[in-house]
Amino acid sequence: MIKGKFIDNLPKVYGIYTGGFLVFIILMAIAEQAGMSAKLIGIFFVAFTVLIYALIGWLSRTMQTDAYYVAGRQVPTVFNGMATAADWMSGASFVAMAGGIYFKGYGYMALLVGWTGGYVLVASLLAPYLRKFGCYTVPDFIGTRYGGNLARLSAVIVLTVASFTYVTAQINATGTIASVALDIPFGIAVYVGLASILMCSMLGGMRAVTWTQVAQYIVLIIAYLLPVFWISNKMGAGFFPHLMLADEVARIAELESQFGLGTVKNSAADLATVPKGLAGITKAHAEVNTTPWKFISLAVCMMAGTASLPHVMMRYFTTPSVKTARRSVGWSLFFIFLLYCSAPMLATLSKLSLMDPNLPTGIIGKSIAEVESIDWYQNWNQANLMFVSDFNGNGTLELNEFFMGGKAVVLATPEIAGLPYVISGLVAAGGMAAAMSTADGLVLAISNALSHDIYYKIINPKAETAKRLIVARVLLFLIGFAGASIAALEIQGILGSVIWAFDFAMSGLFFPLVLGVWWKRANAPGAVAGMLGGLAAGTAYLIAVRSGYPGFWGVTQLTFGIVGSLVSLVLMVVVSLITKAPDAATQRMVDEVRIPSGKTVLGKQH
Amino acid sequence: MSKQAQHWEKTRNLLFVTLAIWFVFSIGIFFFGAEMEASNFRPFGYPLSYYMTCQGSLGIFVILIFWFAGRQEKIDEEFGYTEREGD
Repeated sequence: MIKGKFIDNLPKVYGIYTGGFLVFIILMAIAEQAGMSAKLIGIFFVAFTVLIYALIGWLSRTMQTDAYYVAGRQVPTVFNGMATAADWMSGASFVAMAGGIYFKGYGYMALLVGWTGGYVLVASLLAPYLRKFGCYTVPDFIGTRYGGNLARLSAVIVLTVASFTYVTAQINATGTIASVALDIPFGIAVYVGLASILMCSMLGGMRAVTWTQVAQYIVLIIAYLLPVFWISNKMGAGFFPHLMLADEVARIAELESQFGLGTVKNSAADLATVPKGLAGITKAHAEVNTTPWKFISLAVCMMAGTASLPHVMMRYFTTPSVKTARRSVGWSLFFIFLLYCSAPMLATLSKLSLMDPNLPTGIIGKSIAEVESIDWYQNWNQANLMFVSDFNGNGTLELNEFFMGGKAVVLATPEIAGLPYVISGLVAAGGMAAAMSTADGLVLAISNALSHDIYYKIINPKAETAKRLIVARVLLFLIGFAGASIAALEIQGILGSVIWAFDFAMSGLFFPLVLGVWWKRANAPGAVAGMLGGLAAGTAYLIAVRSGYPGFWGVTQLTFGIVGSLVSLVLMVVVSLITKAPDAATQRMVDEVRIPSGKTVLGKQH
Repeated sequence: MSKQAQHWEKTRNLLFVTLAIWFVFSIGIFFFGAEMEASNFRPFGYPLSYYMTCQGSLGIFVILIFWFAGRQEKIDEEFGYTEREGD
């Protein structure tokens, strides 16, 4: 169904799709004017987009292994960039990032630097070489390069730990958005989210995920940029916010000192009355508010984690050549950059519109009774994302008396700024697209590793294609279901577990992957020691810190990957050097990987 | 030195240059957050520290990857390692 012709027509197909989506937004806007309820608009947005993704998933169904595992290796550069950007930008990037910047300022923006800088490592150290290798999965590379089932199995273990930590957060995010937009309980919404995720990936594997991710990128980037530009223009802050908000940033600093940020502290008893998960503004907006090492260690972990996360790496297995894999990394980062450089602008606009008494939307300095009577305040207070309390009893809302949930920055700002509800519906659809696309990639990465590397390569190497693909789909379903069941328990926040996933991946996979290409002497015992030792050391440090151990070198539970990966590096080098060098065939294989031209190391179908 | 060894040496040198630039803008400059903040150089009026975390470093990474890809393609071409269609 989707072959040659479809690939040639991609710009046209997605052009029509984008146009259709814009028409849909306009129709919804007209319907809103005609009196359609906000709830119905939300349902339309989420249901309509999810149905489109499911349709793409169905159209991309396949029974061929190379289509299922690597989308037939024919995804063009720019489109693979879009798919990677959607794969990469999760519910956390979409919903939580602007909120994090809003509350934590400069210190938090280490994540922006880390989550983009990592792509330089991907492009220069890994992606082109792994593409040349011709593997289906990341453990496939480890298993073939180092040889032996133990290395393969270790890679699968690290991959599963990191990706599974990540995927529960994503299914949690789809559930949150589905429950708000469709107005159903969270426990059910999680499974609605899961069903949508499986519809996109089950029939067509990587091929279906690729084409739905491109569609999801288009929805999420429109949903993120449109409100930022609209709010900026409406506030008169500048028609191109990214280059024009310097005055607003300076104004926030002025207001911060005027409202006594950092000088007026809330008592513990007062804070105890604030609902869980909400926070006040306690950090300066743009000032440098953290030590260099704290900033840098977090950025380093996110960068090395980016280069080790299998669901990102496997996107570059789908390009037609080594050269396109390299360029595709550039396009991925470009498409990611579009959203990431907008998040601080959204945080700035959101904060200013709440803080500035000269703006009609400003609430700080107004009387508490007046704020409590505002429609949007009541809505978001009910949704448990906003809270005010008159701690000092003067009847006026002070900066330290206003509390908000991190998600509210993205979800509520359009409403606060007075944009029509259709924009809020659009933002919900965008958040859903972001969380679904990442969950798809992650669930597929795990199930592909289990079906290809464990089932086919280790348990049953004689399995026929049909049987392999059935096993792959059964595993996909089971992993998705397991992820949803854990997500339904709501045991961890979205952002925390995302950062852990990076640290896990970095601990176990960064050096085994990089040295596999760049150090010929690296061998199987070294790699196994590096993967398992690194993962164990990182995990042990995390558990120790969480149970009260103060830690060393300023490494926290968000940066435990530094400990894990250093242990991994040392073990890998030492063990490799005291054991036998890889045989001549392996050395030749590494030489072969370093040359872009010629056949892939592994055959087309394997 | 064989053709392949020469190719790899050039590739490795390009990697070192790329990683050096990457290091400066992802790690190096953030040792000087306070100095950047006090700097009189303010791109588009933003404090330099704020600008680098919002757009500066991010944009440089995008350009760096495309630059790197272009240089690597040149190296591959020089040694006749460019992929043919259908490889």
